[in-house]
Amino acid sequence: MSHGSTRSTPLHDVHVALGARLTDFAGWRMPLKYSSELAEHEAVRTTAGLFDLSHMGEIRVRGPQAGAALDHALVGTLSAIATGRAKYSLLCTENGGIIDDLVTYRLADDEFLVIANASNAAVVLAELVARAQDFDATVTDETEQTALIAVQGPASQGVIHELVDTDAERERVTALRYYACTPARLAGLEVLLARTGYTGEDGFEVYVAAADAASLWQALQTRVEAVGGRPAGLACRDTLRLEAGMPLYGNELSLDTDPYAAGLGRVVKLDKEFVGRDALARVAQEPPARVLTGLTGEGRRAARAGNHVLDSEGATVGIITSGALSPTLGRPVAIAHVDREVAAAGGTLQVDVRGTLLPFSVTPYPFYKRS
Amino acid sequence: MPNPEHLLYTAEHEWVQIAPGAELPTEPVRVGLTTFALDALGDVVYVDLPEVGSTVTAGDACGEVESTKSVSDLYSPVTGTVAEVNQAIVDDPALIAADPYDNGWLFTVTPEATAKLLTSQEYETLIA
Repeated sequence: MSHGSTRSTPLHDVHVALGARLTDFAGWRMPLKYSSELAEHEAVRTTAGLFDLSHMGEIRVRGPQAGAALDHALVGTLSAIATGRAKYSLLCTENGGIIDDLVTYRLADDEFLVIANASNAAVVLAELVARAQDFDATVTDETEQTALIAVQGPASQGVIHELVDTDAERERVTALRYYACTPARLAGLEVLLARTGYTGEDGFEVYVAAADAASLWQALQTRVEAVGGRPAGLACRDTLRLEAGMPLYGNELSLDTDPYAAGLGRVVKLDKEFVGRDALARVAQEPPARVLTGLTGEGRRAARAGNHVLDSEGATVGIITSGALSPTLGRPVAIAHVDREVAAAGGTLQVDVRGTLLPFSVTPYPFYKRS
Repeated sequence: MPNPEHLLYTAEHEWVQIAPGAELPTEPVRVGLTTFALDALGDVVYVDLPEVGSTVTAGDACGEVESTKSVSDLYSPVTGTVAEVNQAIVDDPALIAADPYDNGWLFTVTPEATAKLLTSQEYETLIA
């Protein structure tokens, strides 16, 4: 944003002290990187990276009908998830366009925490408030009071173990499943500890009161660095999520994309009523004209978002939505929105990389999967 | 890192191995990227350089520098024939940032003319 309304996270001073290169992202002043984004990427793949994600929107939905309200608001059946579990879902318009993709944690029978992308947090909040109106549920924006710190990478569990007090708690951390959450005490601070993330690695996302953010970060940073990891910024987050084949709102997902075209038809539950259901039921009847697919190239020259995808005759059959040189694989990877007919794995397409046609193979993503 | 005083600079953040006030050299001169450019780019993962024997034109794009996130055009500070490319940095682009004003050079050109070039002081005023 250019009108001076840029917000800082509770960890802003920590980032400055660490010498972070800061960038404006979705109205927030955020660390882009601390040293080298390639080193930060590698740390997440091999040991651990520490991220400040306090720009994400935290929206609490509470009340006897909180689950029913979310079932009405989102494409998934949130009321069916167990307390202590998380679910990935989508918020769609009446027409089936995607307003945001979000993770929702169930904290109690009558209490949910919805995590929205920073760029969409305001519209998600407004939609949830409107869609919960006829339900006995309240919707509260807690973004300002909440910090979110993520530890991602194979050494993450060990890092968290170091910050809990007892063996029993360590066992509880070990037993915490992927896409599950639990209240916990980390470094003496009350947190919500979730085994979720956006990097393709094992890892934890820790929700903590803004006032406690700096002391939690210090405790985590010490442990992360002790295992050879480091603070990590938004730059490496993008290459990590791309390797892991995770869609990014604004790239793979948008108001102009429906869940089926985005390859997310599995999260749409047409057996219940929700905003956008009728439109999506119609879309579900026929295969989408264009689908998202993975592409990998040879060499080192990356396809980038916006580059055109062509078939062997030179006809445009799609567009790149995300692309980079994969730091882990050492070759270009990309996600593209292409005509369904050319999306078969193993096929070869061309990408117009700033005037040069380069061959890319259709490769299902994720490009990287942790072993 | 301060920009060395024995080089000249473009407003597009390249340096060229020509001493301020000196006559146009007859030998090939090196071209590289400034620390300012490298800092803004982030980790460089790919460079596309002009071919040896090709002609580059002062102020025109003659290649590309790619970081993990973005792509930038590379502009030639001088008009002339490309004499050599630095194969070491083509093989390992991280070497550019490790030693930008010396071993991290990109290519050499036998110069025939120059674009408007800046002294290190003028360049530092520009990026300040």
